[in-house]
Amino acid sequence: MSGRFTSGGAEAAFEAMRRELEEALRLSGPLTFMEVCGTHTVSIFRSGLRSLLPRGLSLLSGPGCPVCVTDRSEIDRAIELAEKGCLVLTYGDMMRVPGTSGSLLEARGRGADVEVATSAIQALPAARENPDRDVVFLAVGFETTAPATAAMLRQVRSGGIRNLSVLCLHKTVPPVMRVLCSVPGLKVDGFLLPGNVTVVAGEGGYAFLAEAGKAAAVAGFEPEEIMAALVDLVRQAAAGSYRIRAYRTRDVPREGNTTALRLMAEVFEPCDALWRGLGLIPGSGLRLGKDYARFDALGKFGLKSGAGPAEARDDGCQCGKILSGLLTPPECGLYGRACTPLNPAGPCMVSSEGTCGAWYRFNRQEAERWQ
Amino acid sequence: MCLAAPYTIKEIFPDGSARAVSGGVETDIRLDLVESPASGDTVLVHAGFAIQKLDRGESEELIALWNEVSRAAAAAFRA
Repeated sequence: MSGRFTSGGAEAAFEAMRRELEEALRLSGPLTFMEVCGTHTVSIFRSGLRSLLPRGLSLLSGPGCPVCVTDRSEIDRAIELAEKGCLVLTYGDMMRVPGTSGSLLEARGRGADVEVATSAIQALPAARENPDRDVVFLAVGFETTAPATAAMLRQVRSGGIRNLSVLCLHKTVPPVMRVLCSVPGLKVDGFLLPGNVTVVAGEGGYAFLAEAGKAAAVAGFEPEEIMAALVDLVRQAAAGSYRIRAYRTRDVPREGNTTALRLMAEVFEPCDALWRGLGLIPGSGLRLGKDYARFDALGKFGLKSGAGPAEARDDGCQCGKILSGLLTPPECGLYGRACTPLNPAGPCMVSSEGTCGAWYRFNRQEAERWQ
Repeated sequence: MCLAAPYTIKEIFPDGSARAVSGGVETDIRLDLVESPASGDTVLVHAGFAIQKLDRGESEELIALWNEVSRAAAAAFRA
């Protein structure tokens, strides 16, 4: 990290940037920005950055957690595969996300074989060690985990592994941000672009934000990087002039990771995808392209392919509105009562980077003021 | 599952994996997604894969904004 922020200068730096924010806000009037990355959400809470923000500047959390935007029907399919006798491997956060009738964890309690993986690559030894079983990797995540799934699948293909397939639920971020620019009732003046997604996918996919009159900036996850990006966002809004700039103490190429993007293009093709709370978004998902289609668990096990109709179920869970920035967690009737990290009713509380999970852990005082 | 952390590569193995260290903790990572990785490189690791090499330098914009803000702060202090 930068020496000048850490060697006694941090306090002065934040005070100077806070003053800049106040000054620019006087010109622009009140502004609302959205962060679309779970790691930003957590960093903003953990650092106490919210308490430094001047009056008139609001921060909302968007659909920046891939676990949270997974639709119930997608969980249902994973459970169906496990109950058909497949060994299902999944990132740990997915275990407790409720589907229509229970979670993968509950399916495991009923005897289904569901195991936690921390990396897509662990599916390879699982398939080798269980040659008589069908192994299915539950592939979730944005542009950050999609290339890992692609790298794993290339090894499956070149290694002639036949008992490993993928339930591909990957989603991409730019299409959902385009939708967020026009959600009725949502007023967002600018976006803190998703940190790790931008590291892989670059800044090229966000040109539409300037055309829509939205400010946008890239930031790392240190509080001073986020603060600098906020100063830039307020200035863009005040001037009505939009250009994406990057605030990183460790720089990366602006075009993203071309090696990862090439590999994704080899393995996946875009498809329509269902986002929890936001519905069907055209071109926002990834499915296996023709050279890899035989590793698609949906086809292999005869499950319905393509996105189903958006869920319509009223159990009081407001995750959909929270993911779209229309509500904050304390405005949901279940938050902190019928929905806690130990017993989550909705996905935003399940994931440690989910908006509700982050509010619950880091922001009890502010939440209590709301209630 | 979205948290990424910087690791420094210690040793690269022929199968495309590597031993990497972060804050004294060693782990095995995959290098499939980065171009010509080398021992000593710092990489951002996400779900077991290095997803980008990290430069030691700050972005130009961060330097420019910081210089501007600190000049303004100094001027306000003098006034």
